[in-house]
Amino acid sequence: MHRKATNVSEYLYLYRGGETGRTPEQAEIMMQKWMSWLQGLGERGHLKDAGQPLEREGKIVSGKGTTITDGPFAEAKDLIGGYTLVEAKDLTEAAELSKGCPIFEVGGIVEVRPIIKM
Amino acid sequence: MVATLTRLFGMHNLALAEDVVQDAFCRALEVWKFRGIPDNPSAWLMATAKRRAIDALRREKTARTFAPEFERMFASEWTLAPTVAEAFTPESLRDDQLRMMFSCCHPRLSEPAQIALILHLACGFSVREIASAFLTGFAATEKRITRAKTVLAQSERLFEIDGAGDFATRLSAVRRALYLLFNEGYHGASPSTAIRTELCREAIRLSELLLDHPLAATAETRALYALMCFGAARLPGRIDADGQLLALDDRGRSRWNRKLIAQGRRQLERAAEPGEFNEYLIEAAIAGVHAAAPTGADTDWAAIVSLYDALLRLRPSPVVALNRAIAVARHEGPERGLEEIAAIPGRERLNDYPFLWAALGDCELRLGRTAAARDHFGAAARLARNPAERRFLERRAATCDADQPATACGPMAPSPITAKP
Repeated sequence: MHRKATNVSEYLYLYRGGETGRTPEQAEIMMQKWMSWLQGLGERGHLKDAGQPLEREGKIVSGKGTTITDGPFAEAKDLIGGYTLVEAKDLTEAAELSKGCPIFEVGGIVEVRPIIKM
Repeated sequence: MVATLTRLFGMHNLALAEDVVQDAFCRALEVWKFRGIPDNPSAWLMATAKRRAIDALRREKTARTFAPEFERMFASEWTLAPTVAEAFTPESLRDDQLRMMFSCCHPRLSEPAQIALILHLACGFSVREIASAFLTGFAATEKRITRAKTVLAQSERLFEIDGAGDFATRLSAVRRALYLLFNEGYHGASPSTAIRTELCREAIRLSELLLDHPLAATAETRALYALMCFGAARLPGRIDADGQLLALDDRGRSRWNRKLIAQGRRQLERAAEPGEFNEYLIEAAIAGVHAAAPTGADTDWAAIVSLYDALLRLRPSPVVALNRAIAVARHEGPERGLEEIAAIPGRERLNDYPFLWAALGDCELRLGRTAAARDHFGAAARLARNPAERRFLERRAATCDADQPATACGPMAPSPITAKP
């Protein structure tokens, strides 16, 4: 669902941290919860892009693009594991909507950042 | 998939094979979290497992040896990926599962260990699921499986199904394991109907693997398969959604799965070889007679009695004799039933067996002797081996008090081959 109203902005959810190393059964339960939560957002017209998970290892490119190192080696609790793009009327609503995220059950956080609107 | 990866990595790398499959599964869940479950989840899982297997082979090349027959293929980038891809065709996956099943029925493993291993390695059940299915503790189940894997690791490779060596013995062991697995689903004590139905389904699925292989598709295998089909067909009428045992009546019969019954019948016909009697065949034939009856009253009890006669000759045991006596009670009346029960050789061995007392209760109830019937059912309930059985028998006792005519017979008596008094 996609609301075309002009009083709606986009926000990025960045998922940080959260326990890993769960059993397959626990992982399956979590998956169902995520799907359920995201589906709920979709049904209420807030989901712009459900998003994707991210691999833990990547590269860090720095120094005018000349230096490429393995990374990030952030602390586990800071590591971004995935993202979702939502639509809400303001930052407060966007933050409210994230409260149902299952990542909180495993000690993670959701960073909510507004997309700059022209 | 664990079976196929074990074939590629070598039996000594069983743990690696399991890790790769587990890893693929977890990754799938991560992605499906966001994108939803795909239309064909197993194809997705297989593709992921294939990729992770290739990664693992590349990563571990210097640290480990793999299955000797594949070492050369894995040494070169040109052949590594195609070799893995070839192993992941449906035929190859099925074949490897069959070989894994045979491997799990290692003669040095107890039957419960064999079944736990089959469920874990060939069916992908978790330790927790297996513990819950067999009502054993998690720690005990984990220990049993870990020990069993150690025994397994001593074989160098997956069991070769080429008819040579101890193939016949091993095939026999596989059949027995599948039979016990099916019985655990059908007669078992787990309160979860879902788990028990799944056990039956897996047993049937694995038996179909046997049927697909010319060396394994013997008459006995067909008989076992027929037996399972008839049993599974009757499951819907046997336990309700809460795992409660239901008394078999004609309403339950209408829920029987006709397609499975037909399937069973087809295999039963091919299983009967002249002069060749085996226990599975007789049990399947008995189940077939029950399945053929549109109502309880139409059951051909005479046929069942004579089949039990044959079974008794093959396997004289008090439980088989009891089941025969129950059939006689149906065929010739409850007085005759009581006579036959009293005449069972070794009848004292059944004193702690709840179904002896339930059978006595049934006969007494049919003779209108409700007080005696109630006592017998009460005794049976006290001997019940799990809550579902106890609740069922207590309800039977309670119906003796109510002013009801004798109701239809209780659930089919437990399988004569596995029931232990």
